[in-house]
Amino acid sequence: MKTVYKKPECIGNKKPNSYCPGCMHSIVVRLVAEVLEELNVVNSSVMFAGVGCDGNGAFGYLDIDTVISPHGRALAVASAYKRCNPENVVFTYQGDGDLIAIGCAETMHAANRGENVTVIFVNNAQYGMTGGQMAPTTLAGMKTTTTPYGRDPKADGAPMHVCEILDTLDNPTFLARGTCTDPKNIIQTKKYIKQAFQNQLEGKGFSLGEIVSACPSNWGLSPLKSIDFINEKMLPEYPLGIVRDR
Amino acid sequence: MEKVFMKGCEAVAEAAMRAGCRYYAGYPITPQNQVPEYISRKMPKLGGVFMQGESEVASINMIYGAAVGGTRSMITSSSCGLSLMSETIGWLISAELPVVIANFQRGGPGIGDIGPTQQDYFQATKAHSNGGGRMLVMSPGSLQEAIDAVFEAFEKANKYRTPVYIQLDGISGGMMESVMMPDAISDEEVAALKQKAKEEWAVGKMEGRERREIVGGADSGLPLQTLNQKLEAKYLEMEKNEVKYENYLMEDAEYVITAYGIGSRFARAAVNILREEGYKVGMIRPINIYPFPFEAYDAIDYSKVKGILSTEMSIPAQFIHDVQIAVKGRAPVYNYSTSGGVILDAVEIANHAREMMK
Repeated sequence: MKTVYKKPECIGNKKPNSYCPGCMHSIVVRLVAEVLEELNVVNSSVMFAGVGCDGNGAFGYLDIDTVISPHGRALAVASAYKRCNPENVVFTYQGDGDLIAIGCAETMHAANRGENVTVIFVNNAQYGMTGGQMAPTTLAGMKTTTTPYGRDPKADGAPMHVCEILDTLDNPTFLARGTCTDPKNIIQTKKYIKQAFQNQLEGKGFSLGEIVSACPSNWGLSPLKSIDFINEKMLPEYPLGIVRDR
Repeated sequence: MEKVFMKGCEAVAEAAMRAGCRYYAGYPITPQNQVPEYISRKMPKLGGVFMQGESEVASINMIYGAAVGGTRSMITSSSCGLSLMSETIGWLISAELPVVIANFQRGGPGIGDIGPTQQDYFQATKAHSNGGGRMLVMSPGSLQEAIDAVFEAFEKANKYRTPVYIQLDGISGGMMESVMMPDAISDEEVAALKQKAKEEWAVGKMEGRERREIVGGADSGLPLQTLNQKLEAKYLEMEKNEVKYENYLMEDAEYVITAYGIGSRFARAAVNILREEGYKVGMIRPINIYPFPFEAYDAIDYSKVKGILSTEMSIPAQFIHDVQIAVKGRAPVYNYSTSGGVILDAVEIANHAREMMK
């Protein structure tokens, strides 16, 4: 019998992931694990996770050295670590609340310094772990537990486009947005993630892969309906593709 | 060892690098800007890393990032800057990371002003952060002590795997004194320190060992109560081993002036003035303010001592609370304090002492 697919060896050895059914975090973590194995850097990688579903779910699931950062600060933590330990492969794993709400300053400045790190940014348009509150990426009109009448862009702000905002800076190297709604997009997203790591190995600088993701539990939709929501609502706001590749 | 005439900020910066500090992050704030300025000139030549963070919040998190990899790291700031770092200081305590933090105190509450004070006593000794974590807190009274404290702080940070806090002030940062500057530890020793950390607890290359996780809180294998019991055992160990104070002319004292850090210099001068007038006055000076030297106050002969004057540069007075706890009502405790950049004055302290002795 021929093996056509197997689970990466560096996930799920100690404990299962703690993500909800239909959550795309588990796919993203698996893609990261595959890329680390393909690049042969599992043993030299350090993950700097944020606080939220990003940190909690991945904690102990991905079998590599892991540092949880104070909420929003992963890129400040990772920047210093990488400067002191350039031989290690360093990546942050952050959600939208972590990366562009509370961590906006740290994200902007790490990108502006062109830190040679990889950022895996999972955008599910709300705060997952705390129960579905509004995030900077919440769509206009989208109901969350703190925008019960729908997000009003005039009062609550409009959705923030991380790749496009960082594209205004001189120093980032690679900014791309994928999703995990179907095999084609999963394969494409993996290519982005791989390039974001490959750039670091080549010393090219700040590389960010954004993944538009589903949160069925807080969206109040089934996993399948969540995929429809991404295709119909999220992707028109957050178009897929490479925003910058230098 | 060489004798040099240096400004406080620069002396602390130089001492840190000689003690093996190879990572510094900070954000500009008066009155300690000469620390990052000095380190930014020199650190790259040592093969270390200097980073100016975009805020105090980012800077202390950069320190966290350097520390998790075992690099000897220091951060300095002043008062409100330390308030901004508060959350991550709790993480450093909880994650048991050996870093050195120095506070050149200015005014408060709020932005206060840039004048020198001792207004952060509670912040330093009682509540750096949420959750009740503690750090060893040193409070040097001279630049020589400050330099020696920097070396000692890195050693104790390593010994206890904890952040160590050096409580300085705007006067100490700006004044110049002659000091004996210890020799630098060698590059080999610096590398060995990092290697040891990598072997024992830091993250990094993981061939041949289990994965590690570092978090400022409970982790997947350690429930929070167990972690806090472990941290408490460390605090108790520090309370046993790290009590440090000075008795000055206490043998025959009938009255005591007590002060710490920069305030003790004026208190010492006041004791000298009063001794010349024939008053039997001594001084107790805590050198580490956590753990507080309760034993120094227990050793007072209360059949002889009729009053204690506590003096500090903080209104409301804060240090006096620990003094009162230490004295346990065995003698009356009086206060004389200043604030807002008004520097304690030996003549004024002596005046208040004479009032006490009437």
